[in-house]
Order: sequence, then C-alpha cells, then structure tokens
Amino acid sequence: MPEAAISATNLTRRFGNFTAVDNITFDVAPGEVFGFLGANGAGKTTAIRMLIGLIEPSAGEARVAGHDIRHEREAIRRSIGYMSQRFSLYSDLTVRENIALYGGIYGLSDADIRAGTDRLLGELGMERSANAMVKTLPLGWKQKLAFSVALLHKPKIVFLDEPTGGVDPITRRTFWEMIYAAAKSTTIFVTTHYMDEAEYCDRISIMVDGQIGAMGTPADLKKEFAAGTVEDVFVQLARPAVRSA
Amino acid sequence: MPDVEVSGLSKRFDEVTALDSISFSVAKGELFGLIGPDGAGKSTLFRILTTLILPDTGTASVLGYDVAESLWDIRARVGYMPGSFSLYPDLSVRENLEFFASVFGTTIERGYELIAPIYSQLEPFKDRRAEALSGGMKQKLALSCALVHRPDILFLDEPTTGVDAVSRREFWDQLHALRDSGLTIMVSTPYMDEAIRCDRVALMQDGRILDIAAPESFPARYELPLQSVQGADKYGMLSALRQSPNAEAVYPFGTELHYTDKRAGVPASGLSAELEQYLRERGFGDARAHPIEAGIEDSFMALMTKTDNAPNA
Repeated sequence: MPEAAISATNLTRRFGNFTAVDNITFDVAPGEVFGFLGANGAGKTTAIRMLIGLIEPSAGEARVAGHDIRHEREAIRRSIGYMSQRFSLYSDLTVRENIALYGGIYGLSDADIRAGTDRLLGELGMERSANAMVKTLPLGWKQKLAFSVALLHKPKIVFLDEPTGGVDPITRRTFWEMIYAAAKSTTIFVTTHYMDEAEYCDRISIMVDGQIGAMGTPADLKKEFAAGTVEDVFVQLARPAVRSA
Repeated sequence: MPDVEVSGLSKRFDEVTALDSISFSVAKGELFGLIGPDGAGKSTLFRILTTLILPDTGTASVLGYDVAESLWDIRARVGYMPGSFSLYPDLSVRENLEFFASVFGTTIERGYELIAPIYSQLEPFKDRRAEALSGGMKQKLALSCALVHRPDILFLDEPTTGVDAVSRREFWDQLHALRDSGLTIMVSTPYMDEAIRCDRVALMQDGRILDIAAPESFPARYELPLQSVQGADKYGMLSALRQSPNAEAVYPFGTELHYTDKRAGVPASGLSAELEQYLRERGFGDARAHPIEAGIEDSFMALMTKTDNAPNA
C-alpha cells in the first residue's frame, strides 16, 4: 500500500487551557477527495494550520506528503497547494502576472513558469485574457484561475478552504468538476459548508468539539446514522456539541 | 403601503454596474429574501435602503420615507446588520449592546422584550470581550445590537455566510420568531437552500433580479421536464447525458444528477425509461431515473442560463 498523503496521529493543539484540536488520528490516501467538515469552532481551521505548517502541534504528530509537520515545514510548503474562500489572487495584477508571481513563490524556474503559463492559459481557454487584470474577470474565471494557480507547481496535496463560499450554483458545480479532474493526480483536502458538496467526496470526517465525531464514505456515514443525507448526519453530530453555540 | 418600495434602482461603481434597474416591494410583516452569489448587488441594495449611499437613478422608500430625502427618519427606525463583523471587539458583550442602545437614545431594558430570546443565550458571557466570542455567538450579539432600539424593519446582509448548517438553522428559527412578532425583515444569503425559509424571495445575479416569487411556487415555474438520475458512476453518466441531443442541462446534485430535457411536453414516465435506456446502451447498467420537482438551485441555474449570464456555460 502506498504511503498516505496525510497521516495524523493523536494530533493535538491547545491554546492556554483550551484544547482546540483534541487527539485526532486519521489518514488520507493519495488521490483521495477528503472532505473535512465541522461546525464553526469545532477545530477545523486549527487542524489545517498545523497540517500546512503554520502552527506547531502541542502533542501528537502528522506527516504531509511524507514530511514531518514539525521539522520539515519547508518541504511541506513545496509539496502542497492552498486556496482559500477569498481568492488568493491579486486583483490589480494581470492573469499572466499572477501566474508568474505564484510560480516564483512556489520556487519554479523562469522556464517552468513560462511553460506553466502557456499550459494553464490553454487549459483554461483564457489565452485572450492573459493580459487582463484579474479584477475584471467574471467570478467563475477567477475561481478556476485561483485553483489552477494552486496546482501550478504540481503539488501532491491541495488544501481548499471553503473554496465555493458565495459563488453561484453553476460555478460551484463547474468547480467540483475541476476538483474531480485534478484528483486523478493530486490529493484533495477540502472544507465546505455546503452539505451537498460533502456527497461528492470519497470520504469525509466531521469534527465536533476538537475531536473527529465521525469518518467514512458518505454512504457509510448515512447508513451508520440512519440518515437520508450528509446534512442530517452533520446535524445529529453537531447539534449536541458544546462549542458551536 | 409597502414597507420597502424600490423602482428602477441603479447604481454604478466605476465600470461595475452593481444594480441594474431593479424594482420590487416588501409588505409589512414580510420575511423577504435576496438570494444570490457574491457580486449580485445585495450589499449595495442594503446600503441604499439604509441611507448609507445614494442611488444613481430610480427611487426607493423605506417605511414610507424616501431614501434620498428622509435619511434621519429612516435611520432611527431601521435595524441593520452589515455583512462584515460590525461590533466593537474591545468592548464586552454588555458594553456593545449598551453602546448601540445609547446611540438610538434608548436602554437595553426598554428593548429587552424583543431581544430576550436571543440575548438570554449570551448573558452568561456578558462580560466577555466581543472578539473572544465564537462565530455563532458574535452573530447573536450583532443581531441583538440591531434590534435593541426596537426597529420597525430589519435589514440583514448575509447573516449566515460562513456559518455551519446547525447554527444556520437556529438563526432562521430566530428570524421566524421575529417575523411572527410583526417585524418586517429583509435578509440576503448566498445559500440557495435558505430561500425556503422566506415568505418571498428575489433571485439576484449581476445586479439584476432574475425572478421574484414565493419559494414554494418555483417548482411550477420551472418550464422544462426535470429528472433525477442515479447510478454508481456519476461523473461518467454526467458526460454521457450532456452529449444527449435532447439535454438542456445536466448538473450534479449531491448523490444525484439533475437532467433537464429540451422537449417541454415530453411525458415524465416515458422520459425516465428513455434516459435509463440511453445510459444502459453506454455501459451504465445501474442507471435509474425518475421525475422530480425543481428546487431553488434548479430554477436559479435555469434563469442564469436563460438571461445569458452564465460565466462559463
């Protein structure tokens, strides 16, 4: 069996006497689309910040793309892509400039950036908009571009933090088709508040008060909780939570 | 007279048309939803109705007062919860509420009856600084602050954005209680599933209103046959169905696909059998289809495509 893309063991993070992430253990397989769900305040963001090397765990360990999250943060940053809800693009730069900027940040050579720019513009059908400022693009284009830029350096894992918040229903679905296409070669770790999107994941976990309350395929979880939809599973788990009030 | 009356309202910012000649009205005691993605113009509309900015053309009145002429009459009578966190982070829960009460020349005690169901949940934390509250509690405090002067109308700009499914349900329960007490409420949201919690909704996209109706009337307004298709290889079926000559639109919906047929009058049972056979011939032996009623997202997407608004269609 190939090495897990993400492997967390007893991962814990405390802030003072508050335990934001409480002893969580899980694996994500290479190429998997893994949905990381939870109520507000359940500890998702803290867990993600540990996995991408922004903060250190208080206890436990995790490996991301084979690298230790305490000691190999630089290697992790080169192995992952990241896209957040508010697009990470610079709106006053052109499409081409954004691609070049991120290529540089991810450590690509000038030749790789040039080749990557041509490939990306071709794939997106955005050749004619290459010199347009990002702020003039339609929302759906911006989102596709932000996702493609996060994949520019061919990361092993891409973290998507509420990537579809506030977008229209067609763009939201087009975006998930892009996720599926990318998942052939990249592991996808995604958070969302849209419960229908949880159904598109290979497996999901639902965090409750810092712990993993449930984990499995959407079909298995619905069976386990005798629920019709993932939303019903989520509500059953999250409603008794202490922190989400 | 309606509590909100908007006619031909337009607003531009540089090259961006935020609102493009929109018209609607909200009746007294109505819970009216503005449903649409970022950039639809929802916040601009709220800022005009709360007299923070002026429209370029068109007219709007709130509680009978014109937004361009009677701003102080309007400001004293509306409660407004803006999209971004609007509380004072360094003040405690109690101090925030006292501040908003004092601005409107009232006290917490005088407004207490209206805010009690919401504020009572915050009272155990009344000395905590607002910045240290969880997302759900911040939202409850912001709503309390918007209500403390007992407004006649409440404007809520995306109060549930980024809020989890459980907290969203609770928030809507609170809005229903307020509506049932007689308050007029205008609320915006990008979550289409919340439309069902409103009395009437305006579907908005790119500064325009695509449609206005009661949420339960959208199924009947969907003009073409709609079917749900299920099977193991969802994405394989999605591509196959999109190549079908009669397909108007095919979209994933959780575990299902929603298929809209171009032929307006085609009988539902015949269409189910036709789709199953079409998919079986292409190797999807387990495909099952059945007719369904359109939801708000189905309607929204159909209207987006119809008005040639789809960004990547």
